[in-house]
Amino acid sequence: MKETKLYEEKVVDAHEEHHEQSFIRKYIFSEDHKTIAKQFLITGIFWAIIGGAFSFLFRIQLGFPNVDLTSLSPIIGNWLTPQGKIDPEVYLALITMHGTIMVFFVLTAGLSGTFLNFLIPLQLGARDMASGFLNMFSYWFFFLSSVIMLTSIFVEGGPASGGWTVYPPLSALPQAVSGSGLGMTLWLVSMSFFVVSALLGALNYITTVINLRTEGMTFFRMPLTIWAFLITAILGVLSFPVLLSAALLLIMDRTFGTSFYLSDIYIAGEALSNQGGSAILFQHLFWFLGHPEVYIVILPSLGIASEVIATCSRKPIFGYKAMVYSLIGIGILSFVVWAHHMFISGMNPFLGSVFTILTLIIAVPSAIKSFNYIATLWRGNIIFTPAMLFSIGLVSFFISGGVTGLFLGNSVIDINLHDTYFVVAHFHIVMGSASFFGLFSGVYHWFPKMFGRMMNRNLGYVHFWFTFIGAYLVFFPLHYIGIAGFPRRYYSFTNFEAGKIESFMDLNVFVTIAAGITFAAQFIFLFNFFYSIYRGRKASQNPWKSNTLEWTTPVNPGHGNWPGKIPKVERWAYDYSKPGAKEDFIPQNVPYSKTPESNLPEDEHH
Amino acid sequence: MNNKTKSRILRMNPNIFLVWIFMISISMIFVSLVSAYIVKKGEPGGFNVELPLMFYYSSFIVVLSSVFKQLAYYSAKKDNFKSLKIYLLLSFIGGLSFLFIQYLGWVNLVDGGVYFVGHPDGSFIYILSGVHAIHLISGLIFILVVYVFSIKFKIHSKNLNLIEMSTTYWHFLTFLWVYLFITLYFYNI
Ligand code: HEM
Ligand SMILES: [Cu+2]
Repeated sequence: MKETKLYEEKVVDAHEEHHEQSFIRKYIFSEDHKTIAKQFLITGIFWAIIGGAFSFLFRIQLGFPNVDLTSLSPIIGNWLTPQGKIDPEVYLALITMHGTIMVFFVLTAGLSGTFLNFLIPLQLGARDMASGFLNMFSYWFFFLSSVIMLTSIFVEGGPASGGWTVYPPLSALPQAVSGSGLGMTLWLVSMSFFVVSALLGALNYITTVINLRTEGMTFFRMPLTIWAFLITAILGVLSFPVLLSAALLLIMDRTFGTSFYLSDIYIAGEALSNQGGSAILFQHLFWFLGHPEVYIVILPSLGIASEVIATCSRKPIFGYKAMVYSLIGIGILSFVVWAHHMFISGMNPFLGSVFTILTLIIAVPSAIKSFNYIATLWRGNIIFTPAMLFSIGLVSFFISGGVTGLFLGNSVIDINLHDTYFVVAHFHIVMGSASFFGLFSGVYHWFPKMFGRMMNRNLGYVHFWFTFIGAYLVFFPLHYIGIAGFPRRYYSFTNFEAGKIESFMDLNVFVTIAAGITFAAQFIFLFNFFYSIYRGRKASQNPWKSNTLEWTTPVNPGHGNWPGKIPKVERWAYDYSKPGAKEDFIPQNVPYSKTPESNLPEDEHH
Repeated sequence: MNNKTKSRILRMNPNIFLVWIFMISISMIFVSLVSAYIVKKGEPGGFNVELPLMFYYSSFIVVLSSVFKQLAYYSAKKDNFKSLKIYLLLSFIGGLSFLFIQYLGWVNLVDGGVYFVGHPDGSFIYILSGVHAIHLISGLIFILVVYVFSIKFKIHSKNLNLIEMSTTYWHFLTFLWVYLFITLYFYNI
């Protein structure tokens, strides 16, 4: 107790000293969580552009395999064959980098790094993270990891190309594919730094949520955003170290010639001496991280949606506690379903059925959450801000992509669908689109708090409709292509049964065109974002009439967030449209004694 | 304790809490490696390794150094600065010798024909002890930091956070090795 008080005072002092920080300390090596959040956001946006551009390139190959890209050769010259087509090995490199970038650099670091950093102290009433110093390191490790990954794209032999899951033996043997040379080494080094960054971040997030809540902010008064972020961080602490183990053993196999993942391999006319290893071990280690990782990607978005939907429906969130327990349930279950990615790895069918059952159980808390979002919207006094539209879009994607998860979760069905475009459709809808929509929603909603200005609403609407319709047009047809049996990660389908490839060609063309339009529409967002930072309409203190604490800070909160004392929390975050109340929202720091007209009998006990 | 602190929702010093979560994440590295090892040992075609005698010695030394570390903590609590420094040094030397003996253990293994490059049943022993050793080095650095602070009289009964953090971490590393040693022992008989 005593020590924590000291800590608290120390932070207050530091902020009251009012010394001007140098440019470098303020904007570059900053320890302020708000600045670090923006650094993560900008870096994430940078990666999203690259990841998106890559996907468009390989979509061209899938939709227009005969097109001549020579005109692009000033930019991607050495990626093309003499005929102006994308080189087959480059194709593999592009899909690998696309997956790595989107899953890790955008939807993990970009999303968590931005919103967990930004909102945890602001919504909990803390002056900053538990350790601003480690937090700064977290960003700079991510930066280092980014630089290495970016470098790997330009090295001799190209970047890693064994898929974002980098399964050995493909990724372990440089002879296997040119991307398994230096590119793969850099991938592993980069990802190791990435894990360090993710862990430093997560340590801080958990510690801050547990220890630095303001007076009155009990666990069950925390906004659902914070609950989602807390579970995300816990998943990270428990799963990312396992990726480190997997990478470590792979590094050993590659550099020292150990046999953790290798056995009985005959390649390019040569029998390798490695004995006793198992490539399946890697799959277990990878997916033990990998499955929680997909929830690390989606949970922050679900948290953001809870907040935005409640605020913009002007209604209390439906089933607050059910939401919390669902989050916890999803968190726990996400550690016991990983082998559903490995149904065809030769596992015992009995084991397969165990994982099937566990996987299907995870649909229960997921469905509860979807139901509660819809129930919150139901008969709400809905205000369609761009953030709200994106959150509703998220719910739509979470449901339509979750349904196909149920198909895939059945080992019997998955044996047919595994590694086809059906899986690609599933996770691009439930993870890619849903999580991106949460990210957009968060940016539109908290932009005023981040930059003190508003984004342009109408551009937001245009951006939403293009992206929402576009994402469905891109990803929905992939289900059919997958059910027809097209495997993922193939450069071309020329060897398919005659007639089959042609009959799906038009669908592939359609998808590629839709992808191009959707990608192009993102520039509307980019313009709106950067323009509004400098020229947007000035924001008011609480533009969405929201209850949470971040809106009690000044429009441009300084170091330490609140100029005076930290507000005390008196109630939960969802007193919207409370019967009898003067306004349709009562911020968390308003005591019950000031609202006798709307108090419920049970409120009097607080 | 006044009212203000009483109603604040603070449980623990944030830095000490950070150390605990850090230890949990390190544990996950070892949980994953050990389970990989156990599965591997269950497969046919492997072999058992007779653990080098040195690993028995090093286990003893690391436990001893943990005892010293605890004594250093008690000294700090009693503001006994002289013994604080001595015990810190002793635990540091204990840790250093542990690393050296682990190295001798590796030499033993090689002499016995168990190589890092070869069947994973052998490689895993190097990986487990090696990854542990790397973490132990970080613990040693931490002790050094504490030592520097203690020279400056910044560690005393009113300021125990730092030494508490490093002591907890050091015990954790000791425990980790003992656990690894017992696991290796039982899976190789
Ligand atoms: C009802 C819930 C869900 C179920 C039952 C489910 C089930 C599955 C199954 C069985 C697979 C493996 C398919 C295969 O490779 O053959 C899979 C793949 C995948 N799922 Fe889900 N899923 C669910 C929700 C989610 C969510 C919420 C996300 C992310 C936010 C997600 C992301 C992914 C990803 C990224 C893959 C593919 C990984 C890869 O092979 O590259 N899923 N899902
Ligand atoms: Cu999964």
